[in-house]
Amino acid sequence: MSQTAAGIIFIASLILAIALVHKPLGDYMARVYTGLRHNRVERLVYRLVGVRPDAEQRWGVYARSLLAFSLISILVVYGLQRLQDKLFLSLGFAPVPDHVAWNTAISFVTNTNWQAYSGESTMGHLVQMAGLAVQNFVSAAVGMAVAVALIRGFARRGSETVGNFWVDLVRGSLRILLPIAFVGALVLVAGGLVQNFTGPHEITTLTGGVQNLTGGPVAGQEAIKELGTNGGGFYNTNSSHPFENATTWTNWFEIFLILVIPFALPRAFGRMVGQLRQGYAIVAVMATLAVLSVVLLNVFELAGNATVPQAIGAAMEGKEVRFGASNSATFAAATTLTSTGAVNSFHDSFTPLGGMMTLLNMMLGEVAPGGVGAGLYGMLILAVITVFVAGLMVGRTPEYLGKRIGAREMKLASLYFLVTPVLVLTGTAVAMANEAGLAAMLNNGPHGFSEILYAFTSASNNNGSAFGGVTVNTPWYDVALGLCMVLGRFLPIIFVLALAGSLAAQKPVPASAGTLPTHRPQFVGLVVGVTIIVVALTFLPALALGPLAEGIH
Amino acid sequence: MKRLPRWVRTHLAAVRAVAVLTLITGVLYPLVVMGVAQVLFPRQANGSLVEKNGRTVGSALVGQLFTGPDGKPIPGYFQSRPSADAYDMLSTTASNLGPEDVVDTLPAPGKTGTKSLLTQVCARSRSAGELEGVSGARPYCTSEGVGAVLKVFPNRVVSVNQPCPTTPFIPKYQGMVVECARPGEDYAAGRTVPVRGDIRNPAVPPDAVTASGSSLDPDISVEYARLQAPRIARERGLPLDRVHALIQDHTTGRTFGFIGEPAVQVLPLNLALDQAR
Repeated sequence: MSQTAAGIIFIASLILAIALVHKPLGDYMARVYTGLRHNRVERLVYRLVGVRPDAEQRWGVYARSLLAFSLISILVVYGLQRLQDKLFLSLGFAPVPDHVAWNTAISFVTNTNWQAYSGESTMGHLVQMAGLAVQNFVSAAVGMAVAVALIRGFARRGSETVGNFWVDLVRGSLRILLPIAFVGALVLVAGGLVQNFTGPHEITTLTGGVQNLTGGPVAGQEAIKELGTNGGGFYNTNSSHPFENATTWTNWFEIFLILVIPFALPRAFGRMVGQLRQGYAIVAVMATLAVLSVVLLNVFELAGNATVPQAIGAAMEGKEVRFGASNSATFAAATTLTSTGAVNSFHDSFTPLGGMMTLLNMMLGEVAPGGVGAGLYGMLILAVITVFVAGLMVGRTPEYLGKRIGAREMKLASLYFLVTPVLVLTGTAVAMANEAGLAAMLNNGPHGFSEILYAFTSASNNNGSAFGGVTVNTPWYDVALGLCMVLGRFLPIIFVLALAGSLAAQKPVPASAGTLPTHRPQFVGLVVGVTIIVVALTFLPALALGPLAEGIH
Repeated sequence: MKRLPRWVRTHLAAVRAVAVLTLITGVLYPLVVMGVAQVLFPRQANGSLVEKNGRTVGSALVGQLFTGPDGKPIPGYFQSRPSADAYDMLSTTASNLGPEDVVDTLPAPGKTGTKSLLTQVCARSRSAGELEGVSGARPYCTSEGVGAVLKVFPNRVVSVNQPCPTTPFIPKYQGMVVECARPGEDYAAGRTVPVRGDIRNPAVPPDAVTASGSSLDPDISVEYARLQAPRIARERGLPLDRVHALIQDHTTGRTFGFIGEPAVQVLPLNLALDQAR
């Protein structure tokens, strides 16, 4: 079979697997977030934390709880890194430098998992397990909590509250992420990922050379890294490293883990608002964009249209033999469409247009299907913008799921949508205009510009992958990208929660003949169109200076 | 507790929440995974180590170098792919060089040069060809193994990767005489024109001229293994068919026929070679 044919079946099998799983998983997640009972472990957790699980929160209280939790998380992850030489399992590594520790703490708490450090030579096992992996769980649970709060905004009638942050956080972590990650980790160990406590130890190779074998609790971290769309690798080379992605089929399984929750959440949304077809419309928008992107990325990488890939005969620089160009392209699409940022091949060495697709995927705003939770709330904001645009065309007050999209709602949706483009374009412009920014480029010409653009796009959209040639462990970049990550995560969250609050307070208006149906193919097409047009208008000029200049002769 | 302001109480709850969730997801979870993994899959969980005569010589999943102390390939062993950091697990990295990285910085007095990705590919192709006794020629490469790239100015043309006094790979371009490159001179303003040449189907396969993403790729392609087979057979005095059979034995095909690409595991293959003697 040719690589192209195998690559197509590979994609089809992933689609099939996700289609099979999304219903039971989506329904399960809806039950998790709507259930009234707390199990024994959870009651103990609430008692230890000192919160009343049955107390409903207004959106402001919900947001403040979330921000407090995230702030404390940042401090703890920062502290663990700075003090690692004083604690156990440090492998003898020195404290992480302050700017790198700050950047990394923000990176993991914001679900970005941008890596300004090299895992195998910087982070001891304790920091990896008790700092970074914990955030892999809870930052994902925070994303899902915000999505669920927004769903409640649509589902509730005249309610002042949007749920309880602590309950959503604990349930998401313990009932959804933990069991799937546990099973996933064991599957990955079976495939060859390591799970031990050994540090680097020297062995003599077959020909008498020296190699330092590294170990660590990798499999457990790998499972949640993909499942929680986090992406921060245990090792520097992330999911291309044989101990993070050992075989051809662990590669398939990791892509599956990346996509499974984001594609199941629309089902949970449909279930919770009581109209499954609304969930199908949302998932149809996500799937349309995702399939389009994954196919294009495969086409560009298999064609290998650029000087060096032509000289090589295939776009194989930065790729593993066992994955090949096609499965690497599919992984790259999945990781950039979902704000994961794990990589099994190096995007910097992709063909110009293949690399552009990874950038474009992030520029879509991480909505197709996006990160866990973040993808769904991003897509719902786009749906709100779409009903507004459609309402303008026919001169009606727009509604979505019976809730009026008035001036306040539109302001919040617009503010949400403006945050990342402002951060990406301002950040890139500032970096291009000063020495510290320009010094980071490895490649020159348009490709060097793409490296900087990619860095700010990735940080602001909380993706975490990179055009890896860029040197960003400098104080300037650690601060600049840290600010992008923290603002790119929490400003949108505040706007979404505010929107959830004002929607929940509304009583739904009954649908009439003039109501725009939001479950039909027409609406799906409209949302796809709005997404692509808004992104294209925002980012095309920047893309023209980078990958388009490089790739079109 | 009631007397504390609400924002203080919220943050205290956050501190306790982080502590409790750290205990569950950061301590219990990895330990339970480790316990179960060590019982069910001890070989994999500890790195899929392989031994020779009772001594651990590496991991079946991690590539290594099969070179001598001088850094030259040991001809009796299958060679791994090029690596961006010589298979060092303490500093894994990819080259991260872009698809249009074709212009070298030539070494000049007081300045070390850097090789473009294209020149690295050309040089690897040339040396692999020499080792296996086949042509190392590739598109966009000169015969001495650097990128065939011109910088075109309105009134002159320079072959930028060929330092003087090298003879440029083509004498003329669009009627202008092609010059060799003078190290230290700045050609950035010129238009970059890579020249494809007329090479079709190079003998050295793609994985032999590229560095992997992990810098630890344990595999080579079946084509690259078969290219090396005659050398191995000659060096070890084995029949070529026997070497081909060993390659076949150590080839992992696509899982279920469609996942991944066929690959040959180099370390286990080389261990099998040692036993075949």
